[in-house]
Amino acid sequence: MQAFLKTGKLSGGQGSSSTTKEKSCSSGVSKKKPSLTPWVEKYRPQTVNDVVEQNDVVQVMRQCLNGADLPNLLFYGPPGTGKTSTILAAARQLFGDIYKDRILELNASDERGIQVIREKVKSFAQFSASSIRPDGRPCPPFKIVILDEADSMTPAAQAALRRTMERESRTTRFCLVCNYVSRIIPPITSRCSKFRFKPLGSELIRERLQLICSEEKVSCGEDAMKCLVETSGGDLRRAITCLQSCSRLKGPGIEIHADDVQEVAGVVPVQWVNGMLEVCHHNNYEMLTEFVDRLMQEGYCVAQLVEQLHEVIVFDNNMTDQQKSLICDKLGVCSFRMQDGGNEYIGLLDLGCTIIRTMKT
Amino acid sequence: MSLWVDKYRPNSLTKLDYHKAQALHLKNMVQQGDFPHLLVYGPSGAGKKTRIFCLLRELYGPGVERLRLEHMNIQTPSNKKIDITTVSSNYHLEVNPSDAGFHDRVVIQELIKTVAQTHQLDPSGQREFKVVVICEADCLTKDAQHALRRTMEKYVATCRIILVANTISRVIPAIRSRCLGVRVGAPNKEEIINILQSVCRKEGLSLPNELAERIAVQSNGNLRRAILFLETCKVQQYPFQPDQKVASHDWEIYLKDTAKMIVLEQSPQKLLQIRSRLYELMIHGIPSEIIFKGLLQELVKNCDMQLKTQIVEKAAFFEHRIHLGSKPIIHLEAFVASFMAIYKKFMEATVADLF
Repeated sequence: MQAFLKTGKLSGGQGSSSTTKEKSCSSGVSKKKPSLTPWVEKYRPQTVNDVVEQNDVVQVMRQCLNGADLPNLLFYGPPGTGKTSTILAAARQLFGDIYKDRILELNASDERGIQVIREKVKSFAQFSASSIRPDGRPCPPFKIVILDEADSMTPAAQAALRRTMERESRTTRFCLVCNYVSRIIPPITSRCSKFRFKPLGSELIRERLQLICSEEKVSCGEDAMKCLVETSGGDLRRAITCLQSCSRLKGPGIEIHADDVQEVAGVVPVQWVNGMLEVCHHNNYEMLTEFVDRLMQEGYCVAQLVEQLHEVIVFDNNMTDQQKSLICDKLGVCSFRMQDGGNEYIGLLDLGCTIIRTMKT
Repeated sequence: MSLWVDKYRPNSLTKLDYHKAQALHLKNMVQQGDFPHLLVYGPSGAGKKTRIFCLLRELYGPGVERLRLEHMNIQTPSNKKIDITTVSSNYHLEVNPSDAGFHDRVVIQELIKTVAQTHQLDPSGQREFKVVVICEADCLTKDAQHALRRTMEKYVATCRIILVANTISRVIPAIRSRCLGVRVGAPNKEEIINILQSVCRKEGLSLPNELAERIAVQSNGNLRRAILFLETCKVQQYPFQPDQKVASHDWEIYLKDTAKMIVLEQSPQKLLQIRSRLYELMIHGIPSEIIFKGLLQELVKNCDMQLKTQIVEKAAFFEHRIHLGSKPIIHLEAFVASFMAIYKKFMEATVADLF
């Protein structure tokens, strides 16, 4: 109760201070240009308002900034949609300079077994936080524990969190970030307010990329831009990394073309994907092996090819639904085997043989 | 006196013989003084390492060629000691974490983190970052790859990582999205022939075109093997004859013979003999994946289409199992046994049809 009242009282000061902070942040970013930072970091949203597309989350965060209480959060959604960015931006706005002391960020590269949850998280959570900053300005009286990539935590470690989350709710908020909500145990999900992050629309990605292009003085043709948006699949981080890699490779001032983007993104060119289906139409094993051999020598990523084949097959007009389902079944098996480390050559041959067999029937 | 493979290895990006556009791109990137993490992938013998060394030389100058070998001792959390060998110069470190088996995560965490954390002592040196080359990145366990992903982001100011892999299907997407992928495809036949000819010119030898072509075909896109074949031919017989025999590896012949035995007779006794032959191959360090591929290629040769699809399906199934289990011989043998069963049934059916 005490906590609620306190946060409530702080609201006015907090809100106004954060808006001023906002401005200083966003203007400060464009000025300093450390050449070594990746663009993904450089153009990470600095305030909650900069986060695109995810309206309901932004709404909630904005209310928190204006003094409403922050619930425990669970963000889930595909990679590159701004989950980590949102919580980091919100934390920065909430706490300002003392943000380092108030945040505990753990991700998959840190040791995160049950032991760490018991010791590190618990002891961090137990400290109470003051509602005034060292410089006398008010700030919310809690700390935030960010568990990034929470779906790679063991169920035992998640179970250890349950009681901690409740008991320390006076001083600590938890924010879990993950790709698959199904891998979080139900007791945790029921303690958090869940937010789904949608994949970004292609228009938004294009807008963002164009902004970066003009900031960094990169010339990027229309077809290259289209290719970037297509290959990203709604993942803004991937699109930006790809753009940066392209511009680095080509050197400053040289226009980026669609094939550069394809090469950097590791996409298998369309003629190879169609070639695979075409070879299978011939019902000839020797031609298939020859094709697979050539593909292996070119060094293309077979897992990627399988994914692209799936796209093509689903939208193919010449196949019956039964054929499609048989092939897609095999595609799934192949993809699974390759993830486990299965040999690409044999996997691809197997796939080819299945396609040949289904085409005949 | 070194092998021709090493002697004629190009040592600058401008001297590379093929994929010149890519070399130019890499050179561009280095000249801007900064580059992202790299993931270099392609089939073996396509020149991945060569390209990396050219890149490093371009970056740091000839200092990278002064290499030293170091043995390091790392202790796992379970108190097991791991020895790992690294090759390093003042500017870079080359390590193969998969030598440590499933303890590779510890190697990544300890070794690479310590390298990445230390700054370059001499700030007037050319670059403020070091390079860590990780070989066989596709053999890293999932744990190790996850451990790498944060290290890559955190220490990006002091350290660049170059991952070398044969295939990126096994590299997790999180790593792939953090690296700039550089695909090094195998050289085609004409390119190999040109390189063989130029090696011979530099050695002062004359190489008939037919022989060069046959070597190129037999090397199967693997340039290193092609040059090694060439040198073997030179030792066997010089001056070269156009119809000279190109010696292939012993184990390849052995594997082919094994496959022939399987096709000739299908019985439990034969299976026992095959088992000892497979063991023989594995004792000599031939990876099970290559045995599998070789067997499959030979076995399907005299089957009809329907049989082929069946066999390939079985092969994919058992080959996948090798990676899940720990004893490859069991799965290899299972494949041979199931091939025998399919083949025998097919033969009996055709014989029955005849009468």
